[in-house]
Amino acid sequence: MYVGKKVTRVDAYDKAIGRTKYTDDLCDKGAYIAQILHSTIAHGKVVSIYTSEAEKIPGVIKVLTCFDLEEKHYFPTAGHPWSTDPSHQDVADRLLLTDEVKFYGDDIAAVVAEDEVAAAQALRAIKVEYEEYPFVLDVQEAMKDGAPQLHKDYPNNILKHTTINKGNYAEAIKEPGLTKVEGWYETPVVQHCHIENFICTAEMEGDRITITASTQIPHIVRRVVGQALGIDWGRVRIIKPYIGGGFGNKQDVLYEPLCAWLCMQVGGHLVKLDVPREDTFVSNRTRHSIRSHIISWVRPDGTFAARKLEAFSDQGAYASHGHSIVAKGAGAFPQLYPCDNVEVDAYTVFTNKSVAGAMRGYGIPQAMWAVESHTEEVAAKMGMDPIEFRRQNLMPVGYTDPFSKNEMYYDTFNQCLDKAMAEIDYERKYKEYQNQTGDIRRGIGVSVFWYNTAVWPISLETSSCRMVLNQDGSLQVQVGETEIGQGADTAYAQMAADVIGVPMDKVHVVSCQDTDVTPFGTGAYASRQTYTAGFSIRQTGLLLKERILEYAHELTRMPSYNLDIIDGEIVRVTDNRVMMTLGELATEALYSLTNSKHLTAESTAQIKSNAYSFGCTIAEVEVDIPMCKVKLLDIVNAHDAGKLINPALAEAQVHGGMSMGIGYGLSEKLIFDEKTGRALNNNLLDYKLSTFMDHPRLKAVFVENEEPTSAFGTKALGEPPACSVAPAIRNAVYQATGVGVNEAPVNPHNLFKRFVEEGLF
Amino acid sequence: MYDMKALYEAESVQHAIQLLIEHPEAQIIAGGSDVLVQMREGKRAGKELISIYMIDEMRGISYEEDGAIRIGSLTSFSHITKDPIIKEHINVLGEAVDMVGGPQIRNIGTIGGNTCNGVTSADSASTLHAWDAVVEITGPEGVRRIPIHEFYIKAGVVDLKPGEIQTAIIIPKKSYEGYKGHYIKYAMRNAMDIATTGCSVNVKLSEDKKTIEDVRIAYGVAGPVPMRAPSAEETAKGKPVSKETVKVFAKAVLEDINPRDSWRASKAFRQHIAVVLAERALKESIRLAGGEVDE
Repeated sequence: MYVGKKVTRVDAYDKAIGRTKYTDDLCDKGAYIAQILHSTIAHGKVVSIYTSEAEKIPGVIKVLTCFDLEEKHYFPTAGHPWSTDPSHQDVADRLLLTDEVKFYGDDIAAVVAEDEVAAAQALRAIKVEYEEYPFVLDVQEAMKDGAPQLHKDYPNNILKHTTINKGNYAEAIKEPGLTKVEGWYETPVVQHCHIENFICTAEMEGDRITITASTQIPHIVRRVVGQALGIDWGRVRIIKPYIGGGFGNKQDVLYEPLCAWLCMQVGGHLVKLDVPREDTFVSNRTRHSIRSHIISWVRPDGTFAARKLEAFSDQGAYASHGHSIVAKGAGAFPQLYPCDNVEVDAYTVFTNKSVAGAMRGYGIPQAMWAVESHTEEVAAKMGMDPIEFRRQNLMPVGYTDPFSKNEMYYDTFNQCLDKAMAEIDYERKYKEYQNQTGDIRRGIGVSVFWYNTAVWPISLETSSCRMVLNQDGSLQVQVGETEIGQGADTAYAQMAADVIGVPMDKVHVVSCQDTDVTPFGTGAYASRQTYTAGFSIRQTGLLLKERILEYAHELTRMPSYNLDIIDGEIVRVTDNRVMMTLGELATEALYSLTNSKHLTAESTAQIKSNAYSFGCTIAEVEVDIPMCKVKLLDIVNAHDAGKLINPALAEAQVHGGMSMGIGYGLSEKLIFDEKTGRALNNNLLDYKLSTFMDHPRLKAVFVENEEPTSAFGTKALGEPPACSVAPAIRNAVYQATGVGVNEAPVNPHNLFKRFVEEGLF
Repeated sequence: MYDMKALYEAESVQHAIQLLIEHPEAQIIAGGSDVLVQMREGKRAGKELISIYMIDEMRGISYEEDGAIRIGSLTSFSHITKDPIIKEHINVLGEAVDMVGGPQIRNIGTIGGNTCNGVTSADSASTLHAWDAVVEITGPEGVRRIPIHEFYIKAGVVDLKPGEIQTAIIIPKKSYEGYKGHYIKYAMRNAMDIATTGCSVNVKLSEDKKTIEDVRIAYGVAGPVPMRAPSAEETAKGKPVSKETVKVFAKAVLEDINPRDSWRASKAFRQHIAVVLAERALKESIRLAGGEVDE
């Protein structure tokens, strides 16, 4: 059995020696180079674009502007499954190139040239005239009457407003003896910073167009390219090779449609569009900045009588994933700490900033920042221990969410807290760090998180798998769920090997996806790859196994129910006699002069379940007060992700998420100029992504409660590790200094501001 | 792919000077860790480059006849850090340049490039200012030497006339003999960053280690170019080694420095940090010199 073991990644060797091929490696050197001209105003209309100087530059093939679009096909970009119900479809508000500028960095023209130098020279030679409009950068300013309007169908810039009402908040707060705790919490705009920037290439063959792209969602990209270009979807072929990280940015259709269109404008010649890092920050997608306002009414015994959340999510200029992000956090609010009387108002609001989309955690890191900073304040105000307060109020065993039908099957929170506390020696440190004085102080803080797996029942959950038996008894396995660096291919190989009963080295997972041949699937997002693909791998594997044993029956005359496949051999289970190898069977099956069969199986599993995936972070810090600096001394994440398919990969996944959380908590923030709307620090020097030197040793511990809804007992682990790190750090700083920083990140700027406010200097 | 018009490879200092005269618009390139980045950004796109990187006579650290330490302008940061002469006499310079960027940058980046850029945040610059370094410039008229604070004219502009290149940086013996120093780089993360503020302090203590005979302090990013803080230095010269002396010294830097408000950091924040750095760098310098500040 391979499931549950620390099996080496199937792509480890190739990645270590640099043999894996990424999009750029696959691109022919004769490709034309496309570069995009971005707007240098935040809001307005492109009046004219002068391209004649650019066109004169040697090596420039073509300059195309927003005025060259023959038809305007507005298209959506979110990497969501398409909805056949028009009212649930994503907002179609993007054009390939636009004359209606909505943020500084909008796409207004493009150059196709023979090389990068000519393309860059051409971009600099293009002159643009704008009619400028006033712009708005702040989410709540944008909602005011009279604020600059971005989209005519959305008054006050509100893309969507949803509410949750449970019990009666207004009545409940009248209960005598309640303590009111209120706070505002804010998270910054951050970016995914995957190592491989977005890149794609396009070329034509006949009337079809082939796009190779660094994407998480090949089948969705095919659909959107069809929509954006107004062509049949079947004319579009998407190839996804290995990709250097995505984290949600590539769960959006970025420049595949534009690259395809540019290719068509130059006779179908191969065109490469390789986005520079600076543009990746500004003109791809970001994480929504969310401002949250929470009020809790607490009884003397530390239970909640009533709670209220208002959340304002900054969408930036276009809808992309839109309201789904803040809605996920808003949905978690009444569940994490259940309370009889809850009111939630969630708004998603357009501003003239870079477009926010999906990013690891999908609204939950923002929600946990607010909720867990607030929880710490409530516990402090009630004079209660932060851990005990949480244990008392967290979602209990047996809790079932009426909408998703998710059930809390185990005592996950307490188990995770216990394990994390033991790992980091919490009790001793917490006591030791109470009531410190001096310039340098230590603290330890905790945060839990809520997460779930996959998107059912909000969206489609489906997975398709194809298995093909080779002559030697090995098999090729294909699924629509994508390897994006997380190690999915290895997990699939482990699962397939176990279901069929073959050694893992006999399972070849086809990593490169090609929409012409890969079974349909919606791609990598929602921490769903292992959970979702598990169903179709198990179902398809059993189907193939049945066919193999059927054929074995014909060869051996033994009833198929007395046969099994064990370690690549056909075994008669009544006496464990090896009848033949699977290779012998497959060779006979393919070459038989009397009964030739290609043994394959393909099936689709529709998944109508979802699973909670919970855990916590504990962080220990040292705060140098005069220097306004936080040093992270120790940190541990504890997760209940169900059964771990591969504990080594699970640990690596958690480390990556923790690293992302450390940057979110301590240093990262994309800054926009108030005067122009321009991003000021859109490069890896000025944007403070945390480095190796900013990390202590990262610790990951697991509680393996088997998930009953799952094909292999497993559930989400892709995004959860990034959800609770930042508030745990914030709460550790709070213990050390008594100062709560409610605006992330806890960087020197925010600490200086807070320390001055609290009179520490 | 870089947008360069031509690349000329200089084989000697004289050859480099000749190339500069022949191509007055050309840009000198050494390690390239700044020039190529600017070229990619379009700032120096289409320029001719004169590479001096192969001129080995400009590389290495040695003593001059009078005991001065001579650092060839092409010496890389990592070589400076590991050099025995630097370690013995001015270890703080080795520590300071070990905080530049990451390992790859420190292998390719040179101290000459770091200073010729004329940027206030250069990690070598505040320490060189604090140690009264002298810059050696070679040109068509021969060799001239000027104090480093005169070398910096304004942000991004240094005193290099047509045909001239910087060939060495010299630390005179009287500048280093008997001094110990400490540099603190204040940055927003622990690697791959530029200084929000950098502060380099050094002291010479009396024989009994009770009196500060001399103290020098310089900052990066406290003004448009690296600068000394003379008012602060005056407060501590000849004063007893004490907590009080350190406090007065640290506060006095505010009379000298002129940091600006920007999105990178507010003026109030930079001023606050400048005082903290002065205090801590002086304390550490005193400790390294064998003194002790009572707490």
